[in-house]
Amino acid sequence: MNVINIRNISKTYVMGTEAVHALRDVTVQIDRGEYVAIMGPSGSGKSTLMNMLGCLDTPTSGLYEFNGANVSEMNDNELARIRNKEIGFVFQTFNLIPRSDALHNVELPLIYGGVNAHERKRLAAEALNHVNLGDRMHHRPNELSGGQRQRVAIARALVTKPSIILADEPTGNLDTKTGDEIMALLEELHHQGNTIILVTHEEYIAEHAHRIIRLRDGVIEKDEIVQKRVIPTVA
Amino acid sequence: MGMRIADYAYELKEGLAISFQAIRANKMRSVLTTLGIVIGIVSVTLMGTAIEGLSRGFNDSISKIGADVLYVQKWPWFGGEGEWWKYRNRKDIKIQQFNAVERHATLIKSATPLCGTRALVKYKGQSSEGVLTLGANDQYLETGGIFMDIGRFFNQAESDGGRPICVLGSEVAENLFPNETPLGKTIRIGTSTFRIIGVMEKQGSLLGLESLDNRIIVPIEAFFRRFGAYRGIQISVKAADIKNLDDTKEELRGILRKARHVPPTGEDDFAINQQEMFIQTFNAIGSVVAGIGLFITALSLFVGAIGIMNIMFVSVTERTKEIGIRKAIGAKRGTILLQFLVESASLSLIGGIIGIIISYPLSLLVNQILPTSMPLSVVGIAILISIIVGVVSGFLPANRASKLNPVEALRYE
Repeated sequence: MNVINIRNISKTYVMGTEAVHALRDVTVQIDRGEYVAIMGPSGSGKSTLMNMLGCLDTPTSGLYEFNGANVSEMNDNELARIRNKEIGFVFQTFNLIPRSDALHNVELPLIYGGVNAHERKRLAAEALNHVNLGDRMHHRPNELSGGQRQRVAIARALVTKPSIILADEPTGNLDTKTGDEIMALLEELHHQGNTIILVTHEEYIAEHAHRIIRLRDGVIEKDEIVQKRVIPTVA
Repeated sequence: MGMRIADYAYELKEGLAISFQAIRANKMRSVLTTLGIVIGIVSVTLMGTAIEGLSRGFNDSISKIGADVLYVQKWPWFGGEGEWWKYRNRKDIKIQQFNAVERHATLIKSATPLCGTRALVKYKGQSSEGVLTLGANDQYLETGGIFMDIGRFFNQAESDGGRPICVLGSEVAENLFPNETPLGKTIRIGTSTFRIIGVMEKQGSLLGLESLDNRIIVPIEAFFRRFGAYRGIQISVKAADIKNLDDTKEELRGILRKARHVPPTGEDDFAINQQEMFIQTFNAIGSVVAGIGLFITALSLFVGAIGIMNIMFVSVTERTKEIGIRKAIGAKRGTILLQFLVESASLSLIGGIIGIIISYPLSLLVNQILPTSMPLSVVGIAILISIIVGVVSGFLPANRASKLNPVEALRYE
């Protein structure tokens, strides 16, 4: 079954007097449980597509259905709710709240989701244990290494049990070894049944996925199944 | 998609936590920002305290004066600026006129002539300077609202006979007799000696200015004999029924006009003063204090509000990325709005609390002049005002934050 059903969406920005067509007539379906990479050079529209997928932005035209619900017509609050319940974001720059400790960072989506304090603490601790940070719960981001920060971010993405995990260049700010660890964690999450969408410009990273959607100049250039997947090994 | 109350509670709590983190992270900036609020709250609490003090002092003074007492004097208590000479040149009120009042007035309960001078008072080694020595008759006990602490007041026979006896105010008694009872002792007032027969209860002061306890009452006949009979007097009259105060005043006026030979068409050459004038003047003073206080308060709160608004705009800009993150993980517009409103309200509230803390010792200073203390209601109002100012001044920045586009906010570095 489709988690994501995108039909003929376009996104046009107006820059000064010029209209920039970031996406033109893009159609994509992603099924539950898939591991998909979205690739493309900068300016290809992959960030725009990721913002669409993440319900951070709405298309200029076309249809976007998320779990059967029409996202293209949702208002700000409904989009916020979808982001909160259905989407787990993992960013290149981790994007943790600097003044809050790991536990609180992971709790945050649950706070916005209206989960009571006791349940919140339990779920957040569980998610941190899941990413092997059970002993770092009360560390602030600046007391954690890059890899640890990214794992906190992944715990935050996981904690609401979302329909998709949207990872935007998750290894972009990490060294190769730490990057591999993060990719191994994503692999594990995929094995546990999570739907993962990976946005990257690195071929090597993209090849961790089962399927690669290649974008160029706002259109899908290629949508292919990966023949030789990179299977990361956990150190 | 309605929100449960609990959801707001979680968000409010989160908002409080965030704002305290943010304020703690920028302590200096936060404190400086709240300066306007601090000044505003200091002025609002001090104004409240001063008005409280004025009205308390006034009420005390009023009860000391007595609502049903009329004062016949050369000078009106209030008003008539620029007519100084007119009042100055009026004939003194004489004891004969008091006698006329006593003889003819039907609507009065009691009346006394009053005549005063400041004198040096001595007892053995102790002395007290500038003590107001009043000559009065026995009825002063009633018109003056006097209660005796120890001993007694002089009676009519002693009054008429001009006996060299006196009644002390509590302050005079304390000054001259720190260790012994004053009853039966003989003191020297100016050059004359008087025997003490009683001490009055403490009365406090009139609007915190003139002590009512630093005085001595002697029979007026004795006063005239010792200090001279040429002096003008004033007459205090207590009405038989306060409901007939106006009639009493009219009757008094008629008697005095006749006694002072005022021609039928001439205007009164005396004044009949009463408490009401005090009330009017007090209200005028109160309005002036409130007006000045309100102006300072409004001005500083306005400056404070602008300061908070400014710093909140800075705070929103600084935390653009954070707002983006929060929005990405599900914070709604209302959530962000609430977060920043809570922050500006907390900031302002801190200013308010600092203001209250500063005001407290200042109110003790005010207490040196006016009998007052910082009323709890004023503290409550101050807290309320600072929260309201915070919310109002935080609204524009918070609204801007809530409307940030999450994509652009996330991209902000």
